[in-house]
Amino acid sequence: MSAEKKVAAYICKGCGLGERLDADALVNVAQKEGKVQLARSHDLLCSAEGVDLIKNDVANEGVTHIMIGACSRRAKTEAFYFPQNAVARANLREGVIWIRPDTEEARETTQEMAEDYIRMGCAEVKAMSAPAGNPNTGSARTLLVVGGGVSGMTAALEASRTGYPVVLVEKSGQLGGWAAKLWKRIPVHEPFKAPAGTGVADLVAQIQADPNIKVYLNATVTKTDGAPGRFEVQIATESGSVATEDIGAIIQATGSEPYDANKLPELGYGKSPDVVDQAGLEALARAANGGPILKPSDGKPVRSVAFVQCAGQRDADGQHLPYCSGYCCNASIKQAMYFKDGNPDIDTTILFTDLRTPGNGEDFYRSAQEKGVIFSKGKVASVSPGAGALTVNFHDLILDDKDAKLEVDLVVLATGQVPNSGVDIEALSKPPVEGEGGEATVEAKPISILNLQYRQGPDVPQLKWGFTDSHFICFPYETRRTGIYTVGPVRRPMDMAQAREDATGATLKAIQAIENAQLGRAAHPRSGDLSFPKVRLEGCTQCKRCTVECPFGAIDEDEKRFPLFNESRCRRCGTCMGACPVRVISFENYSVDTVGSQIKAVDIPDEFSEKPRILILACENDAYPALDMAGMQHNEYSAFVRIVPIRCLGSVNTIWITDALNAGYDGVMLMGCKHGENYQCHFVKGSELGRYRLSKIDDTLKNLNLETDRVRDLEVAITDIEHVPAMINQYAERIVEMGMSPFKSF
Amino acid sequence: MSANAQMVAKYKNNFLKEVQEQVEMGEWVKMCMQCGVCSGSCPTNFHPGWEHPPQEIFMMIRAGKREEVLTSPSMWMCTSCYNCIVRCPRKLPITHIMHGLANYAHRLGMAPKMQPTRHFAKLFWNNCVKTGRVNELKLSMGLYFKDGFGQGIKNGMAMKDVALGLLKAKRLNPFEMLGGHKCKDQNGIHAMLKKARELEEKRKAIKAAA
Amino acid sequence: MAKKEYAFYPGCSSQKGASASNYLTSVNAMCKTLDVKMTEIPDWNCCSASIGYAEGGELPRHVLNARNFALAEKHLPGQDIVATCAACWLGARESKERLEHSSVLLQDTQEALNEAGLNIRAIPEVRHMVEVLIEDLGWDALSAPVKKPLEGLKFAGYVGCQTNRPFGIVGENFENPMYLDKLIETVGGEAVPYDQKVTCCGGALAFSEPDKAQAQIKDIVESAYDHGAEMIVTPCPLCQANVEIYQGHVNKKYGTKFHIPVLYYSQLMTVAYGGSAKEAGLDGQVIKAPKLEAIAGKK
Repeated sequence: MSAEKKVAAYICKGCGLGERLDADALVNVAQKEGKVQLARSHDLLCSAEGVDLIKNDVANEGVTHIMIGACSRRAKTEAFYFPQNAVARANLREGVIWIRPDTEEARETTQEMAEDYIRMGCAEVKAMSAPAGNPNTGSARTLLVVGGGVSGMTAALEASRTGYPVVLVEKSGQLGGWAAKLWKRIPVHEPFKAPAGTGVADLVAQIQADPNIKVYLNATVTKTDGAPGRFEVQIATESGSVATEDIGAIIQATGSEPYDANKLPELGYGKSPDVVDQAGLEALARAANGGPILKPSDGKPVRSVAFVQCAGQRDADGQHLPYCSGYCCNASIKQAMYFKDGNPDIDTTILFTDLRTPGNGEDFYRSAQEKGVIFSKGKVASVSPGAGALTVNFHDLILDDKDAKLEVDLVVLATGQVPNSGVDIEALSKPPVEGEGGEATVEAKPISILNLQYRQGPDVPQLKWGFTDSHFICFPYETRRTGIYTVGPVRRPMDMAQAREDATGATLKAIQAIENAQLGRAAHPRSGDLSFPKVRLEGCTQCKRCTVECPFGAIDEDEKRFPLFNESRCRRCGTCMGACPVRVISFENYSVDTVGSQIKAVDIPDEFSEKPRILILACENDAYPALDMAGMQHNEYSAFVRIVPIRCLGSVNTIWITDALNAGYDGVMLMGCKHGENYQCHFVKGSELGRYRLSKIDDTLKNLNLETDRVRDLEVAITDIEHVPAMINQYAERIVEMGMSPFKSF
Repeated sequence: MSANAQMVAKYKNNFLKEVQEQVEMGEWVKMCMQCGVCSGSCPTNFHPGWEHPPQEIFMMIRAGKREEVLTSPSMWMCTSCYNCIVRCPRKLPITHIMHGLANYAHRLGMAPKMQPTRHFAKLFWNNCVKTGRVNELKLSMGLYFKDGFGQGIKNGMAMKDVALGLLKAKRLNPFEMLGGHKCKDQNGIHAMLKKARELEEKRKAIKAAA
Repeated sequence: MAKKEYAFYPGCSSQKGASASNYLTSVNAMCKTLDVKMTEIPDWNCCSASIGYAEGGELPRHVLNARNFALAEKHLPGQDIVATCAACWLGARESKERLEHSSVLLQDTQEALNEAGLNIRAIPEVRHMVEVLIEDLGWDALSAPVKKPLEGLKFAGYVGCQTNRPFGIVGENFENPMYLDKLIETVGGEAVPYDQKVTCCGGALAFSEPDKAQAQIKDIVESAYDHGAEMIVTPCPLCQANVEIYQGHVNKKYGTKFHIPVLYYSQLMTVAYGGSAKEAGLDGQVIKAPKLEAIAGKK
């Protein structure tokens, strides 16, 4: 690329832009005010002819920086793809003509809007440079799978078949996990009527026969260092030997444990050997090996059995698990069939409060009813051991009989799943909070699984109840550690069928991570982005905000306490950039300057003009697409707003807001994603951190003697297509009410 | 031994099994998933309500509450509107199960003695099979006089306006009392029904013996 | 020769001097206009209705209906059985379904029928008169003979239960069937929307548990009134009788002043086709329908 910067602006006249706007005036603005060296208009810029015009200027005129005044940056991305150049887009279509009425009286304000976007685009592109890609790449292609259960084995086989070598680490002496301890599994094929073989032996055999999969048994991960594409993992085996493997990406399939039934003495566990949990019943069924299942107490065949659903689960009192494990109803149905299929005369009763049979469980449930399994809607209060039999005392919820009783030989407690997610790194840094919101605090397991050598802690962050955090709706596999994927019941409660699907999906994501790391590109949601954070260390004050706040644990500290960026771990959200008080962090195509210069480029009319100016900083993942779609639907909104897309609310540096207010803007709207427990933020913590930072803005406003309503923090989802224009219009009215900013023309 | 005692002896405490084998459509009871749509769809569950709506009856059968179910007036509240059938997500033929249970309780002599619908149902059947066709006048009279002659006159008086209206509209014929419409082959009908009853008893006995 | 021929199963309530005799009168007139030939099944017997369950039990109930199938097949081969009464249609159709579904039941039924010197080979189709109108004749054929459209009259189409559930008319929704409204509109009337279109009238409980049934009847009539209906129209004899003849009792019990005529669709059609009040069986109304009589009386 030529060292000399040459900026060109192109104004499109297609899609009605030429009729609605004065293109010549826009060319003029780009030249006179945008100070570009070259400015042209074209009838249809995205056509082959239009694109060739730009390409020709790059090749023959030495153009390095391109400003395109046409449609939204989200449209025509293939036509306007110039990877060698810095490119900015002024959104004249979705952002101007489509959201303004096509009337004579609106023409003036519409044109003003367009001219401002041209000024902003020119200013932005001048502050940018074309991203060159992360030089600090790694080329390790091996996938590490931690956990040799069904999820882990599935992941290993999927990766191997796709052509990636696998290292599989299992802490016990054999593969198979919990599934290997089952007698049979819930069926996954038509007609879903009877328990099926677990298939575990077959999976184990496939793993053993695969030369591409290296298995470590009786082994744990003692150290994980590096980043995607260049992880260095230490594996210690019980025998004392330690191996080091070069790893591209990691799948953590560490599964779950049954909830400890010893915590349920009122249900008879520990008081009678004839009260077992679901795992206990599997052991009895395996011991019976197809014959009659025997009572642990006296070895006689079981003649009647009761299954207690939600034992220690869905507990509102804060004593036990607050959640539903999702698989246990189907599991009890399966276990009831162990009895009924062998001997239809055995009385099997499933006591439930809500029967939940996901997947094809409804057919399985119906099959159990056909086989004569009795389902009673009732809440079990206690199980009392007596002479020769157990009495299950329950509240029959249909007949409202509080003293209903059932005499049985055996009781099975469906206790659910507790994830094996390692160390709760957030609990490490926070004092424990007990019983908040009536929810149990699940005890953090003290032993780390991955032993990450990350500044923020040794394991992947958790969301709640010990399950690992990932963007539940959009990116369920992506944890908050790039290149590390959690699958199976460590991520959320699930059964075997779901775990296998989960493992397959996550494996494909892990492979993408390996490839992206090699090419120096970002993983989701800015997949393929070549920019990465750069830091001017000479200005750094070692405040550590970036290393603490990074939602992905990408930034460590070097021996001199300066931030150490691991580019391959970075998702490019810019939260570090927003956090930095001395503004030394930037991306080549996104910086304090690229946004700041846009803000300053807007022409602010004087306070008697009756034309207020409102700055909108809109999240590019949700708010900006919503605004574009509002445009596509021609939902009109005020001509007083000027919108700047941002990567995340977390990337907002407060200097932008102070600058805007000082420049005479009458109001600032911040549009970001929902945060908190049910967050929507694509960068998980970005919007939360951004909002926390911005909550301090009120002081700034007071210092400037401005109303606090001059800055508004709004939650906008991608679906708010109708709502977002209304938000804008209401705020524009509010600004008129408050009156113009006193900071104009200073 | 009474029919009821025989069944108790045969099925011991397994009422669900008894229902499955002896009650029309009884094999469906186990398939209920306790959602309660039937109870919410039943018109007579609101004016003023059943003792036990279908959902509860099914649960009681599973819980072995034999006496309570068979002596309950609940099944006799059915108007045969079939709303429960078309709404049941599990496609249980609930109306028929209710009819079947009522019929079974009636056969065993367990159904409430002077339950008016039970009484009416019996009258209706006897009325229609006697001549092969229903005699509406005799049917009504039979119903009014179920509690004795005095009450019958009172009931009849209470219905006087209705009867007069129908009489005037020629939709009630007082001479029906003397005979009325009938089938020609009454003997054939009687023989046929006698045989049908025998065959049905035989089938049920085989099931109970198995 | 008539356009269509059917084995007619009029049912007990349609007989002379019985509660739905006016239904039969109007059906005869309607069929004459539409050129539909209905031949009564010789010596047909009662279907035992839904209430027959308690004393009758399963097999005797089906055997009763099977006798009619056998008679129809013997005397009117190849013809569909057509019932005008909802209960007759439902009972017969249910028996057909069960007998075709269970070989045991069919075998026992044959054995019982032998006692009456009958047997069945193939059970004829069992249809309701409304199905014949809609499916066999079609809407165009039904509107063609309209001479006196019932303009300006508002009807509540009361479908009730047994022509609607569990079988119903093909293509209709159990919760809001539209065919009756469409029939009303075909003869020029206005069908008012109201929310008790498929509510049960109480059926046989009108006799045995009048309080319960009358509460339901009140809901139905009240809703029809509140939505502006001047008359109620129904395809079912028991619906017609219950909703019409107990209005006096309902008024007494609830302090209402209902006095709304309840008619059969066939009466509307007969009048619209130019039939007299007598041909339409309007003299059979306990609550007279003067507006309809006026149209019928017009030249």
